[in-house]
Amino acid sequence: MSDDALPSGNRTHELLAMRERPRPASALSSTVTLAWRALLKIKHVPFQLFDVTVTPIMFTLLFTYIFGGALAGSPREYIQYLLPGIVVQTIVFITVYTGVGLNTDIQKGLYDRFRSLPMWQPSPLIGALVGDLIRYSVATLLILVIGLLLGFRPGGGALGVIAAVGLVLAFAFALSWLWIIIGMLVRTPESVMTTSFVFLMPLTFASDIFVGLPTMPGWLQTVVGHNPVTFLATASRKLMHGEPAGADVIRVLVTSAVMVAIAAPIAMRLYRKER
Amino acid sequence: MVNAIETVGLKKDFGTTHALAGVDLTIRKGMVYGLLGPNGAGKTTTVRILATLLRPTGGMASVLGHDVVRDAAVVRQKVSLTGQYASLDEDLTAHENLVLVGRLLGMAWKAARARAEALLEAFGLSEASGRQVRTFSGGMRRRVDIATTLVAIPEVLFLDEPTTGLDPRSRNQVWELVRRIAAEGTTVLLTTQYLEEADRLAERMAVIDHGRVIAEGTSRELKASIGSNMLHVRIVNAEHRPRAIALVERVLGKSVLPAQEPVELTARVESPTQAAAVLTALGQDGVDVAHFSVGDPSLDEVFLALTGKPAEESAKEATP
Repeated sequence: MSDDALPSGNRTHELLAMRERPRPASALSSTVTLAWRALLKIKHVPFQLFDVTVTPIMFTLLFTYIFGGALAGSPREYIQYLLPGIVVQTIVFITVYTGVGLNTDIQKGLYDRFRSLPMWQPSPLIGALVGDLIRYSVATLLILVIGLLLGFRPGGGALGVIAAVGLVLAFAFALSWLWIIIGMLVRTPESVMTTSFVFLMPLTFASDIFVGLPTMPGWLQTVVGHNPVTFLATASRKLMHGEPAGADVIRVLVTSAVMVAIAAPIAMRLYRKER
Repeated sequence: MVNAIETVGLKKDFGTTHALAGVDLTIRKGMVYGLLGPNGAGKTTTVRILATLLRPTGGMASVLGHDVVRDAAVVRQKVSLTGQYASLDEDLTAHENLVLVGRLLGMAWKAARARAEALLEAFGLSEASGRQVRTFSGGMRRRVDIATTLVAIPEVLFLDEPTTGLDPRSRNQVWELVRRIAAEGTTVLLTTQYLEEADRLAERMAVIDHGRVIAEGTSRELKASIGSNMLHVRIVNAEHRPRAIALVERVLGKSVLPAQEPVELTARVESPTQAAAVLTALGQDGVDVAHFSVGDPSLDEVFLALTGKPAEESAKEATP
């Protein structure tokens, strides 16, 4: 097996002779390269996609058929309300993997290599996020297809749905910075998961994903009404059903922008910090 | 001529721990330089500062004349680092790992792929190039890791314990590789706990302990610094050790060096005559001697004499 021998001296001479180093990669090119890496990981570890495919299918089916009758009279009625929210819930949940992946890279020493290369320093983070957007899109597409099969009829048509998905992706990109921070603060990928779920559970369940605000007690309405996930679920529901959503969309975009403005600088600081 | 590496009073604190307490190094271009010391001595910290991964708390460090803090970006263009653990993406194939680094260094896709193939072939990894790195043996990983640092030939290469955990054959391969890299003009700074490794590869070396350089020079100079006449005694019965030590110390008038094995005694002697006196004293007192010799110290003994403990033992007790 080729496990053994080093080649003859002449051939290595050719390879090892000092030559000029290439000009450092541009910010765009290094980010694209790292997004390519994220895609390769999906190719080599397709199990990664398990979470973004099986879980949403399960949720959609379970909630539609278990709660549909009780909450909206019939599953078919309920899915009109639920489906945009399920997209939100699924994507918000899988944003955690951004932090998990980052933590794994740090533990494996891969980030040391990245940090010692002459490239635009944020590109590993941004590249990973861009790669993640592709996983989110796969998950979204899947839920939409199942929803359509189960009788989901978006009044806003294809454009409304695309606008809603775009909004969810923008929010996911912003939220991921939070998990990046956690990914850099805790020791193991497992603790990234557990820490994140402390935030995720209330974020997704104390929202209007499953039932509307008016059905809740007053104090809870106040809490749920201020949850950014509620903003997002409301906005994407309205977009998918073709209802006027301008104010809701703006609310989501502003929230996302604020999250990035606060979390991204902290994340970059932590990233540059030595460990 | 500008030195490849220069540090003056380099300090690094982690909280209240002084990892580096003032390290001075001057390393000329084009040589293989060994940084020797037990775990926790400050070898890795030194290398990580030089590779711009850590910021020094005090003192100065420069690589090829560029300050590692002020001109970090310039330094990154001239150096490569292989850490103690293979810094590879285990999910990706060997080929993809190399292409990734090539691209990040600024190569076009085509050039990066060609370079990856050439390196894998040169490292005897062509057949395995399409396999995920997680399926590789330790030796293969290490070679991919080193290959990664050579995607663009660095002017200065840092190898942090490049052979730790490798079997003897893989270790030999890495040594051969280091020699060839150095022969092409790259300066190599390697850290190691293996004295044999430093002895074989490094032209000059520094021994680090508790964050300070405690000795510096060629292997010959280091050996000469603790004297050439080294008495080695192997006794038959380990229970006789305390008595044997007392005897040796009485005859020589100086203490026995700490040893790794309970049946071994090592001490410096002025002359072979003194050694003979020790042998006689041991015989008269009924301490059976299995083996007896006088000769040059090994680097292990240099290490012992300088740090007061054997390399292996201190490596075990220390935590990173």
